[in-house]
Amino acid sequence: MAITPVAQPTESVAKWEGSVEELRGLVSDRAMTGETLLLNMGPHHPSTHGVLRLLLELDGEQIVTCMPDIGYLHTGIEKNIESKTYEKGVTLTDRMDYLSPMSNNMVYCLAVERLTGLDVPERAQAIRVICLELARIASHCVWLGTHALDMGAMSVFLYAFREREFILDMFEMLSGQRMMGSYFRPGGVWRDLVPEFLPALEKFVDFMPAKVGDYESLLVSNPIWIDRTQGIGVVEPEEALNLGMSGPTLRASGVNWDIRKAEPYSGYDRYEFDVPLGEHGDVYDRFFVRMQEFRQSIRIIKQAMKALPGGPFRSQNRKFVPPPRAELGQSMEAVIHHFKLWTEGFSAPDEEVYVSIESPRGEIGCYLHGTGDNKPRRVHFKTPSFMHISALGAMSKNHMLADLVGIIGSIDCVLGDSDR
Amino acid sequence: MGVVSSKLGNLGVVTTSLEDAINWARTGAMWPLLFGLACCAIEMMSTQASNYDLSRFGMELNRASPRQSDLIIVAGRVTRKMAPVLRQLYDQMASPKYVLSMGDCASCGGVYNNYAIVQGVDEILPVDVYVAGCPPRPEQLIHGILTLQEKVKTERWTDWIKG
Repeated sequence: MAITPVAQPTESVAKWEGSVEELRGLVSDRAMTGETLLLNMGPHHPSTHGVLRLLLELDGEQIVTCMPDIGYLHTGIEKNIESKTYEKGVTLTDRMDYLSPMSNNMVYCLAVERLTGLDVPERAQAIRVICLELARIASHCVWLGTHALDMGAMSVFLYAFREREFILDMFEMLSGQRMMGSYFRPGGVWRDLVPEFLPALEKFVDFMPAKVGDYESLLVSNPIWIDRTQGIGVVEPEEALNLGMSGPTLRASGVNWDIRKAEPYSGYDRYEFDVPLGEHGDVYDRFFVRMQEFRQSIRIIKQAMKALPGGPFRSQNRKFVPPPRAELGQSMEAVIHHFKLWTEGFSAPDEEVYVSIESPRGEIGCYLHGTGDNKPRRVHFKTPSFMHISALGAMSKNHMLADLVGIIGSIDCVLGDSDR
Repeated sequence: MGVVSSKLGNLGVVTTSLEDAINWARTGAMWPLLFGLACCAIEMMSTQASNYDLSRFGMELNRASPRQSDLIIVAGRVTRKMAPVLRQLYDQMASPKYVLSMGDCASCGGVYNNYAIVQGVDEILPVDVYVAGCPPRPEQLIHGILTLQEKVKTERWTDWIKG
């Protein structure tokens, strides 16, 4: 019996003219005879969180193989950064992992700072920590809302987005933009905290813990939620490490690995926080770990707020950071620096660096290779979503098709992050 | 179009033209396709969520199937790999169908003038309304949708025949 792929193209687009033979070795031999069904899921599918495409081989309702096909959002960001000066590159990094642009800014700025040996003042480091943790909460809000929505719990989405809007308003105060602020710059941040930011932040850390409790009360005692998450998509600790997982997805399997603790950056070693761990490595534990991370992030923000140092918000090294506008009328040197930095930018040595930080999704790394000139030779990002999507096959094996939706939601993949 | 309030308890006769009645129905319940590409899709979600509440404009119901939707909001950058898929989705939608290009990437390629990105979704779809911004604020998207509704309201029956 011949089998045909399920997608049915219309006349206007090319028909799929390949044969199942092309897939030999990728799917089981049973697919060749038509014993199992090949099903195309995505790239347009409400629960694939963007444009992820999965080729599934199904035995009835059971998944035999699951092959992710990425690249539907490949934007060429890495290549574009090669043609930009170092400071302009920050703008492009915003649009990779679009749920937490601040983390991308951070890893890129850290790489530039390490490459050029640029200093970051204490105040800038603390502001960065506050923003990164706010970004983590905002990103987890989207994850929670969409994950619950996929599993049929509609109302959590509306609650989670209400708090996310509050965070986006705060980002707008700082950077003038809700999402893509490009607030972090090499050597610090774009501008100092505006006066209305800290009162808003105080209000936020006051009401947010109760809201996290609200989210939990909507889901934790819900028998449907428990049934659909516990024991689904289990990953053993060794397997998780072999699959290259990181972040909450890895910690849900019980592996204590958090880059904020292991290799502290931006002064994370000054703050006290716990790394929540799961036990079973299933969808529920990944949910549980992220819910705890909400609370730990609030805890970090509270400490950073209290101990917010004074001083400059950006490095005073005028070879890298343009002088403030007020200096231009008084100092000839300031005019020269201003002109040089806004026309050709600063140069970085012909060396390579790799920096990684803990983004809401896991380890995001930036490999940067300078040329000795004002543009990088190569920029590469190691992104957590890429690793997690490649692990989907192992996680969903022998599960029901409906459980795959929960597994995709639990790894919190962002296709912009994986395809770039 | 004559307005009748059922609250008065006196249901009278409404006289209107067919064009006005149909355009009224089309603008009041325009269901968008549940379709997101990149960053703009997150702002589109924000627009539909609690604070901005797109259901005020009769658009709370996102349909996952192109067969049931009237509007496709192209939210995000369209890559060359995604372009045939997008065109197929548009072809599968039933008339009348509208296209809203959300954000700079979908409208003109945005900052990505490179090998991977289609330089404006109007290369493959007939766009009705462009919304600028990277990403546009929810208010901007709502303005775009209201602009589209204005456009639909002015349609004449000759336009329907042309398709």
